[in-house]
Amino acid sequence: MATHTVPPTPPAKVNRLGLEVASYKGNKSTLCAGCGHNAISERIIEACYEMGVEPHRVVKLSGIGCSSKSPAYFLSSAYGLNAVHGRMPSVATGAMLANRHLLALGVSGDGDTASIGIGQFVHLMRRNLPVIYIIEDNGVYGLTKGQFSATADVGSKLKTGVVNDLPAIDTCALAIQLGATYVARSFSGDKRQLLALLKGALAHRGTAMLDVISPCVTFNDHEGSTKSYSYVKDHDEPLADVSFVPFFEDITVDYDPGATLDITLHDGSHLLLKKLATDYDPTRKTEALRVLTEAHDRGEIVTGLFYVDTKRESFLDLLNLVDEPLATLPESKVRPPKEVLDEVMESLM
Amino acid sequence: MATTHVEVKEAEVSAGQKRIVNDLSIQVATVNGSGSQTANAVLLRAIFQMGIPVSGKNLFPSNIAGLPTWFTIRASKDGYIARRKDSEFLVAMNPETAEEDVLTLKPGAACVSDERLNVKRLRNDVVFYPVPFDPLVVPVCPDVRLRKLVRNMIYDGVLAKLLGIEMEEIHTALRKQFKKKAKAIDLNFNAARAGFEYAEKTFQKADPYYLQRMDATRGKIIIDGNSAAALGAMFAGVTVVTWYPITPSSSLCETLIEYMKRYRVDKETGKATFAIVQAEDELAAIGMALGAGWAGARSMTATSGPGISLMGEFVGFGYYAEIPAVIFDVQRVGPSTGLPTRSAQGDILKNAVLSHGDTRHPMLLPCSVEECFSMAIEAFDLAEELQTPVFVMSDLDLGMNNWMAEPFSYPEKPLARGKVLSVEEVKRLGGFARYQDVDGDGIGYRTLPGTAYPAAGYFTRGSGHNEKAIYSERPTDYVNNMDRLARKFETARQKVPGPVIHESDNRELGVIAYGTSHWAVAESLDQLKHEHDLEASYCRLRAFPFCPEVFEFIRRHRRVYVIDQNRDAQMLSLLRLEVDASDVKKLRSIRHYNGLPIDARTITDAIVCQEAEN
Repeated sequence: MATHTVPPTPPAKVNRLGLEVASYKGNKSTLCAGCGHNAISERIIEACYEMGVEPHRVVKLSGIGCSSKSPAYFLSSAYGLNAVHGRMPSVATGAMLANRHLLALGVSGDGDTASIGIGQFVHLMRRNLPVIYIIEDNGVYGLTKGQFSATADVGSKLKTGVVNDLPAIDTCALAIQLGATYVARSFSGDKRQLLALLKGALAHRGTAMLDVISPCVTFNDHEGSTKSYSYVKDHDEPLADVSFVPFFEDITVDYDPGATLDITLHDGSHLLLKKLATDYDPTRKTEALRVLTEAHDRGEIVTGLFYVDTKRESFLDLLNLVDEPLATLPESKVRPPKEVLDEVMESLM
Repeated sequence: MATTHVEVKEAEVSAGQKRIVNDLSIQVATVNGSGSQTANAVLLRAIFQMGIPVSGKNLFPSNIAGLPTWFTIRASKDGYIARRKDSEFLVAMNPETAEEDVLTLKPGAACVSDERLNVKRLRNDVVFYPVPFDPLVVPVCPDVRLRKLVRNMIYDGVLAKLLGIEMEEIHTALRKQFKKKAKAIDLNFNAARAGFEYAEKTFQKADPYYLQRMDATRGKIIIDGNSAAALGAMFAGVTVVTWYPITPSSSLCETLIEYMKRYRVDKETGKATFAIVQAEDELAAIGMALGAGWAGARSMTATSGPGISLMGEFVGFGYYAEIPAVIFDVQRVGPSTGLPTRSAQGDILKNAVLSHGDTRHPMLLPCSVEECFSMAIEAFDLAEELQTPVFVMSDLDLGMNNWMAEPFSYPEKPLARGKVLSVEEVKRLGGFARYQDVDGDGIGYRTLPGTAYPAAGYFTRGSGHNEKAIYSERPTDYVNNMDRLARKFETARQKVPGPVIHESDNRELGVIAYGTSHWAVAESLDQLKHEHDLEASYCRLRAFPFCPEVFEFIRRHRRVYVIDQNRDAQMLSLLRLEVDASDVKKLRSIRHYNGLPIDARTITDAIVCQEAEN
């Protein structure tokens, strides 16, 4: 009888919670093959896995559009809510009010954010609610077959030849001005940068807004588009080389201290920005806005972390909420006793 | 202390006139922003403290200052508290409306007026009591800036003398109003006393109207419907309140903020057991309420018609995604430009089917401040038990006016939080299907975000899902889901508060009403009986969907009058959709839609007129 040696199964790779990366995966994407949004979903999976995020604490929220379908494609065991067009911010706000221990991950698109949802977007930014708000930004309405959105650049062209003659809304500049405390831009094809920025966002307590240029392969990946793969690759100017070190790992000595800026996030994690061309300091609002404006004038897409503020109180802190989730407070905490009703009645007699 | 008892000189009342005691309406016509609110509130409370059933209605413009406003106080020994068409006593303070106010008085009425208005010349069938307000206010109020505000208290004193309101009660009412502000109490009371003394010295009583102490308000409270609903929400254990200001609902949330700050801050930690957020608009207010309801909080918003229109899309989402939330709709007249400060039952039809696709929403229909309180509590239970948005349909008349009521009863039932699976339960079951009709009542089980078990999580979206909450566009999945939602609505029919029915022997005539129309209907039924020998049965609706008793009521009467405070007979239209075809022709409509609360006479006249045509 022949004997077979069964090679020992290598131990599955797990994160600090003992979970495999499979625990962070989602359903099969129904978006177009090659869609930038799918790459973003993959980075979210990696970031949550590497950070050891507990999936059940995550609420994935979205509005309407191609981008808003993507929460189904990552973290299957998390909670998800696909709301109405442009109004994910209000649902995220309500969910976080109900349970402050949740981790809200909102995915929106450029139409969902900068057009129909601009009202809710600006108010979310100004409240600094703890939420990660990702714009999967392709400058176009994909699900209704390719109309311009408000982030399309002046002069960009639709497949049909229609040219956009209105200025684009810069969601990053808006977010910075309004009070968001972690504002970045990246490109769906830039794995390393996007992953680092996502991990930083997961460690941040406050509104983290990430505008991710994500070319639409079907309607907006042609020569006339300023959000196509080739255009972005040619015009991408990274602000700094972003590296992220989670709080449970030691800061590596990979970076020359003289050329890096170390930002400590709320949970003790570190963001290391390795300087490129400029001496960029992401804690200064005016500097962030200057960089964005100047890059825009040059026709460049600057990527990286523009602004971070780890001091400003979040909306939940301002509300002075009890520590336990409001959602599950027992009756004894939420229904005042009979004496209170008697006291009020007495005052009305 | 001034005289507290007024000796009435009988002889001064013209011959043949009978004394009319504790049965009159006083209308005070002032300019918005002139500080008449205190004078009117004190007057109302003083009459209440004299044990006389009383109600007050503020008819105010969409304006902060300058436009005319009328406040009507009705005292009724029989306990009628609906608005009356006519007033017996007018206080004419507003130069702009004085002429019209006087010309529309019924013969025999009395009028206290600002002397400068010289309205005496307009009528010789009205008793006039002109008062020099400006000269009277100077000595009692040296501070020029305060005179405009204090001046109105003078008419309280004049009325006290003329009608027999006890000055002691005016003083008590002022103490209630100003709490510990002794200076304000003195200042205002001195003005009232100046009016009283002027009237005592100057006027001969020449009208037949009197107020006399009785004992019909002992132990009762005075409160407006919005405050009552706010109290209800607090005792319902609300935890997340998201709102956007709109008349006439704003005071509901503002009062709630005050109560919650006082009674819902944890004593040990000093931290709030609630979150109240003023949203950027109604779109966000309902979105936040639904987000919170989805994550397990008892959440609410409050608004009025235009706000409901904005909430439409989200409410439909809430219906399909099966998320609890309570929406207080303090109804008013239509669009924001127009008569936003006038009352109506304007949103009945719209809210019943608000949004797109096939939708149906439960609505509770409070008629009183007691029901604003108790139905607020019921609404939160229903929303969580049914996992759906629930409306509480108040209106401006109920919400913003002061009503006399029995003190509210402390809720006996514990909070009903609905079908929520705990971690242990999901573990035991090994998972769950969010939209499976396990119990046959159309209501699935849910878990709350944050439940620490891998199989507990699920994805919430509109209609395109199967029982396991997985995305599906299969026709059978859609139909199954829609049919289950319809079953759930039938469950709602069993759970909502049933109608209150008063059956008469007369099986010919029935009346169906809801909300604030109740008070006018109750009075009208007495008028029909005493003046026209007509007896009618009465069914007061308290909720949509309609309970089977409502259909039975219609079945056993030959003609059924449905009272609506809107032009298009909105409740009648809803009834028509659901009653047996053979009963549809029994339904007749009485509609009132001039912006004022409905009155008994309107109903009586309409029924008598339609009955005569039989």
